[in-house]
Amino acid sequence: MSDKLALKGAALSFAFLVLILLAWYGATAPSTPPGTAAASSASAEYDALMGKGAAADPDAIKGFPTPMQFAEVAARNLAAPFYDNGPNDKGIGIQLAYSLGRVGLGYLLAMMVAIPLGFAIGMSPLLYRALDPFIQLLRPISPLAWMPIALYTIKDSTVSSIFVIFICSVWPMLVNTAFGVAGVRKDWLNVALTLEVSPLRKAFLVILPAAAPAIITGMRISMGIAWLVIIAAEMLIGGTGIGYFLWNEWNNLSIANVLFAVATIGVVGMILDRAFGLILKKVTYAE
Amino acid sequence: MPNDTNPAGIVRPLVEVDRLAKVYKPGTPPVFEDVSFTIDRGEFICIIGHSGCGKSTILNVLAGLEKASKGNVIMDNLEMTGPGLDRGVVFQSHALMPWMTVEQNIAFAIRSRHPEWSRRRIADHGARFIDLVGLTAAAKKKPSELSGGMKQRVGIARAFAIEPKMLLLDEPFGALDALTRGNIQDELLKICAETEQTVFMITHDVDEAILLADRIFLMSNGPHARIAEMVVNTMPKDRKRETMHHDPRFYAIRNHLVDFLVHRSKTFQAMTATASGQPHVPVIVRPGLEEEESAPAPERGHPPLHIVA
Ligand SMILES: Nc1ncnc2c1ncn2[C@@H]1O[C@H](COP(=O)(O)OP(=O)(O)OP(=O)(O)O)[C@@H](O)[C@H]1O
Ligand SMILES: [Mg+2]
Repeated sequence: MSDKLALKGAALSFAFLVLILLAWYGATAPSTPPGTAAASSASAEYDALMGKGAAADPDAIKGFPTPMQFAEVAARNLAAPFYDNGPNDKGIGIQLAYSLGRVGLGYLLAMMVAIPLGFAIGMSPLLYRALDPFIQLLRPISPLAWMPIALYTIKDSTVSSIFVIFICSVWPMLVNTAFGVAGVRKDWLNVALTLEVSPLRKAFLVILPAAAPAIITGMRISMGIAWLVIIAAEMLIGGTGIGYFLWNEWNNLSIANVLFAVATIGVVGMILDRAFGLILKKVTYAE
Repeated sequence: MPNDTNPAGIVRPLVEVDRLAKVYKPGTPPVFEDVSFTIDRGEFICIIGHSGCGKSTILNVLAGLEKASKGNVIMDNLEMTGPGLDRGVVFQSHALMPWMTVEQNIAFAIRSRHPEWSRRRIADHGARFIDLVGLTAAAKKKPSELSGGMKQRVGIARAFAIEPKMLLLDEPFGALDALTRGNIQDELLKICAETEQTVFMITHDVDEAILLADRIFLMSNGPHARIAEMVVNTMPKDRKRETMHHDPRFYAIRNHLVDFLVHRSKTFQAMTATASGQPHVPVIVRPGLEEEESAPAPERGHPPLHIVA
């Protein structure tokens, strides 16, 4: 039954994809026969203004690309992901590595703070009451709002972006960990009590596995937010990263590359989320 | 009973409970009060009473998971202050860790009891108790893959595996069907006979109490609940589930218990509600042996009478 449903779903997804591609093609296909002229007249004018002729050179695809042009640009980007021709011209792989590195570092720092602190808050009603006002106040602040403060105090743009990732990842992990730890079934804690389990063993063998689904869910939400925020942060600070790549290609008016960057961001985000989905499945227990 | 055979003469009971009372919310009447009893080594106690009279609360106080408002508990000559490995608890809700397999649940308990043991030794020791409750085939399963009865048996194996001085069982068979219940009762009897285990158990099942218990404590209704009567099981220790109903004493005990639950638990409450605060002495009854007459409780120790049938 569910196999059949999955098959139907996949078929329908494929149909949607075809529909989208067709619509895309319909909206962007040149009205004149291909190969003879450039795309819209506006962009032709612009090209003339910029001193460029309508080019057969695929590097110079201007305006919104057709699906075929996009595929071409994507293939070119993917063929040499790690080339490095100076600060403004790096392969997509290098840019992604910069972004993932920043996210990874900020995220790891956030984990190191949020999970132990969440444990403490979840286990101590006093600490919960003491820290709750701060969490409630700090959590709704857009992480990018911290950027000027970070830049002023840290004075290094890369470290500032890592800090921004840290600050945006910390809250979901902290809140979910505290929530998961506070919600551990009394029965299991009573078992640990009657067995005189040491605090450390209790934390790792009872509370951690019991709260793991909530903690991993928090980590998953944090990762999603971190990946959203890093793009914006890199667009702001510039230099390197997929966000900077996107902004740079916008400045070059290479919409095909912008689209490619957008698609890459989507794919990477999806992979990260799936990975957490798999971990979540591993730690979820049936009662 | 060890008390009878010990040449040293005076042996204190394993557990002495003195004037226990519990008030959950200040200003409300106590759930129970003036609860005093002793449990000898190797003795099997069942406690029966209507829902809400405070049986679980008493058991949790004995387990050290709940603080009494008044009174104290002495175990093995020491005042009891908290939970510990000398008492094995079988929880009403089985309380297995769902992320661990049967084996791991039991190994977790054994490792807590014997941190110095090797992995191998823990596994062997655990396997013995898994076998004891007949779950060897399910040892690698998670609790969610087990039936209610199997889960309950894992809980029992876990409590037994730490070889505690006393077992505390909170309605352990409540959720089981009659057949499984009977089988586990037989297993429990067998294990208790082999290991001279001391047991304190809550049950709602009168027949179960008669089969298992040396003495049955009857609690009156709450609030102000007390232990109204202590019924000595006058049937021989080697009673069997299949044959015990041939014994005329079985009916004497059974009628006495049912009669208490239906009538006397209420009248007792009405009687004591007015006399609240007065020290209370439970009645000791030996149905089928003597006429149901009341005798005041002796200071300590209630050696059950052994009758050759
Ligand atoms: N944590 C608590 N806070 C307040 N009242 C409680 C609490 N736990 C139990 N009580 C009250 O104490 C009384 C005795 O509860 P207890 O669970 O000991 O009853 P019981 O005899 O085990 O009943 P049952 O046979 O239904 O399990 C009940 O009236 C209950 O409402
Ligand atoms: Mg109860």
